[in-house]
Amino acid sequence: MLEEAWTLNGSVALRPETFGALAYDFTTRRLSFLKDPALVDVVRQLRNHPNIAETLDAVGISDGERPRFRAALERLADQHLIVRRNTQ
Amino acid sequence: MTAVAERRAPTRLVDHFEYGLDAPICLTWELTYACNLACVHCLSSSGRRDPRELSTDECKALIDEFERMQIFYVNIGGGEPTVRPDFWELLDYAVEHHVGVKFSTNGFRITKERAERLAATDYVDVQVSLDGATPEVNDPIRGAGTYDAAIRAMDNLRDAGMKDFKLSVVCTRENISQLDEFKKIADDHGAQLRLTRLRPAGRGADVWQDLHPLPHQQRELYDWLVANGEKVLTGDSFFHLSAFGDALPGLNLCGAGRVVCLVDPVGDVYACPFAIHENFLAGSIRDEGFQHVWREAELFKSLREPQTGGACSSCSAYDSCRGGCMAAKFFTGMPLDGPDPECVKGNAEFVTVGDRPAPSQDHSHKGTVRNAPVPVKIGRRPPTTMCDESPVNPGDFVVG
Repeated sequence: MLEEAWTLNGSVALRPETFGALAYDFTTRRLSFLKDPALVDVVRQLRNHPNIAETLDAVGISDGERPRFRAALERLADQHLIVRRNTQ
Repeated sequence: MTAVAERRAPTRLVDHFEYGLDAPICLTWELTYACNLACVHCLSSSGRRDPRELSTDECKALIDEFERMQIFYVNIGGGEPTVRPDFWELLDYAVEHHVGVKFSTNGFRITKERAERLAATDYVDVQVSLDGATPEVNDPIRGAGTYDAAIRAMDNLRDAGMKDFKLSVVCTRENISQLDEFKKIADDHGAQLRLTRLRPAGRGADVWQDLHPLPHQQRELYDWLVANGEKVLTGDSFFHLSAFGDALPGLNLCGAGRVVCLVDPVGDVYACPFAIHENFLAGSIRDEGFQHVWREAELFKSLREPQTGGACSSCSAYDSCRGGCMAAKFFTGMPLDGPDPECVKGNAEFVTVGDRPAPSQDHSHKGTVRNAPVPVKIGRRPPTTMCDESPVNPGDFVVG
């Protein structure tokens, strides 16, 4: 997953809050909570970088934090809040 | 002892919710007090249109403000929202401005054509109200012919291909025994069942003593909710029941003024949909705009302060039930820092109950209503003369 290109799902909107952000999927009507402002940065930046690893570099996520971020991104992928980006 | 506990830095998500968010998560907008029905337990005492109702342009400006605040969706109710001539225009306007809508309806106006249009529109969800799984249980509460109308609306929505719309049930003494039947009706229509708590607000205060579930029924409801899990929605209605054991799915928190609020048909903003009373009025969108009321109203600021449990502080269940529902306490004349009137530990029995507060408004019908509640033993006001009763018996509501 780390080497792939991902992006925020087009049907999902993010609303900043002090704890991170609310994420709402207008298609599934599901509301989720991103409980870390750095995770919100990562999710917003995914589209600007060739893959997740480079996004984590750009946002400044340390090596020790990466397993936690990877697990969070996998959960977001399971919920289709983030989706694979077509780079062709 | 002070009324406000020390404020800790928020660490858990629920702490952030207690201290309030920049914009509500769950905003209910009662679009009109007008209703074709006269349900005995109506939270908003609806019936007659208020002449000061927000105009179409005012409604659109409010939707613009919701969009600016990123309020992703609103729950539209009433009254019966579809009786506003501009309802469908406002629905389209909200969707065009990225404000999703879930609206509550009694179903009378959900024709085949409307159902097809709704099914074709993303961002719109429909909630059909039904308070009995049989006409015999439903119609005394909601009115003659209302069972058939709700089922017909759900048939139309299913046939149009609408998926996962909501069947919304207020749980009463009369229908707790029908939970499996409600689930079947929802399943048969490809709908999701949503159960909510009867509140003693509006006309609900008049029927509360007769209709609120008995203690053994509360246990039955809790066990049923635990068994059915997240498949059944509750709008976080039943957190007072968490004192029975494990917490139910949801935030288990009174969201009033923190993550929840109500905008009424004349633009007044209240702390929650169950508290349409001047004591819970935060301000008006007409005076200050919605965002200013949400962020700056003194009432909302006080609700976002940590609350103490008062008489409940020493109870072993306080951490799970948090003293229950503020509105249920207020409208039954109980102190706000004491137990819920339906406290499952039975502590409400030891509370000195004051006078019920006088309603601060009432839009109930004054004349004859075509689909009046079937007069059996439950009735808000027994008819004083035969003329008060309709002479005909025609055939004719993570988060959620």
